[in-house]
This record gives sequence, C-alpha cells and structure tokens, in this order.
Amino acid sequence: MASIWEYANPRKFLETSDRVLPWLAALAGVALVVGLVWGFFFTPDDYRQGSTVKIIYLHVPSALIAINGWLMMLVASLIWLIRRHHVSALAARAAAPIGATMTVIALLTGAIWGQPMWGTWWAWDPRLTSFLILFLFYLGYIALWAAVEDDDTAADLTSILCLVGSVFAVLSRYAVNFWNQGLHQGASLSMDKADNVANVFYLPLLVCMAAFVLLFLALVLLRTQTEIRARRMRALLARERMS
Amino acid sequence: MPELGKYAGAVLSSYGLSLLLLALLTGLSLWRARRMKAALRKVEERVKRHG
Repeated sequence: MASIWEYANPRKFLETSDRVLPWLAALAGVALVVGLVWGFFFTPDDYRQGSTVKIIYLHVPSALIAINGWLMMLVASLIWLIRRHHVSALAARAAAPIGATMTVIALLTGAIWGQPMWGTWWAWDPRLTSFLILFLFYLGYIALWAAVEDDDTAADLTSILCLVGSVFAVLSRYAVNFWNQGLHQGASLSMDKADNVANVFYLPLLVCMAAFVLLFLALVLLRTQTEIRARRMRALLARERMS
Repeated sequence: MPELGKYAGAVLSSYGLSLLLLALLTGLSLWRARRMKAALRKVEERVKRHG
C-alpha cells in the first residue's frame, strides 16, 4: 500500500486528485441537493421554533466545517513545520477561504435565526464571540499569506498563526461546555441518542453535514491544485528572470 | 413551497445568502483553477521553447 507521504510529491498529488475530484464533486452536489431539498421541503416545523428550524440544515454543517476546517489547517501546518512538505502548506492555504466562507454562513444564519428566537441578532455570548474571533483569524491568515512574498516564510508564519488560532477553533466548539452560560444552546447532535434532535430533523441534517464535508474536501483538492500550479509558475518565472 | 408562516423572511434569507456564498466560493475556485492551469501551460511551453 502506498505511503501517505507519497502525496507530498506535487506531481503525484495532482495526478491522484485529478482522478478523485470529479467523483467527490458529484457526490457533494448530489448530497447537497438531497439534504437541502429534504430539509427544506419535507420536514415539519418545530413546535417551538416554527419554520426557523429549517435553518439548522445550513447553520450546523457550516459551523462544523468552520471549526474542523481550521483543525485540518492545523494538521497541515504541523506537517509543514515538522516535515517541510510544500503540498501540506499549500493545502492549508487552500482551505482558509473555504473555512472563512463557512464561518460567515454560520454567523449569518445564526444571527438570522437568533433575531426571532432570542430577540436579538447578536449577543457577546462565549460561543458567538469565539466564533467571531475565529473568523478574524481566518481573515488574518489569508492576509498574511498574501502579504509575504517568499512562500516558505509565508508558510512558516501562517503555520504559527494557525497554531494560535486553534485555541479559538476549540473554544468555538466547547465554549458552551466551558462557561455554561450565554444564549447559545449545546450541541444539536450528540453520541447520546437521548440528547439528539428528533429523527425527523436528524436524518436530513446528517445528509447535509456529509454534503458539506464532501464539498469542503472537493474544494480543498481543487484549490490545492491551483496553489501548486501557482507556486510552480512563480518558480518558472523567477528562473526565467534569472537567465 | 412549504408554508413558512411568519418566519418566511428569516428562512428564505438564510437559504438565499448561504447558497449565494457557496455558489460564489465554488465559482471563484473553478474560475481561478482554470485560469491558473492555462497560465502555467503557457509559461511551461515558453520555457520549453527557449530551453
């Protein structure tokens, strides 16, 4: 069986991802349509939340990716810092705009849901605040990559920033448990079946979560390919200028 | 169309904004991927021609 480190070779990564990407994108598209159509058209209103419960199919999966996207960037950054594989640094760079977009979706849908349910668009609640800080870290991470010209230096600096920001990624997930205060409720899904939302909401939510994970993977592969090509182009142009 | 009642605005704006952002993210990623692939091919051909 091939070692995972073989994919640190950009050529091998491009070949393999070219084969996987169409399948992943198709699966993501189908799962997204099935999950959202199921959730929007074929689930009942909640007895307390009314039809706003349908927002859960966007809010929970986007928040899942916002947090875990940063954790994926953390793993990729650690691989860069320890093993100096360029593909891992570029994968982290590729994931950041996706994570930032998912954070915006989670914040927007949360605010739109919160207005009728909590009576406010925003509260400085531990979970909401740590999520906002996570979004600012995403922006800082993207800006730092863009601001530093040398790729290796940019990868080093952004990796350190990613390590620091991971605190807020973890806080975004566990703030409710740590402080046990604020407006935001606990997890919508739990390993304990008794704590879960009702099955009629749970099943389409699972499909939507799977769809967002597949979409994230497909976009990370596509954007990592682009970053690898951009890096190769910069190297070729630099060589051309030297000769 | 399901009956969304008094929360129709909240639900529809959530779906509209989210799908717009997802479409923008996917569209921009595809556009940049195609543009970069073409640009790299051009540079590689030029480098090959000039040794």
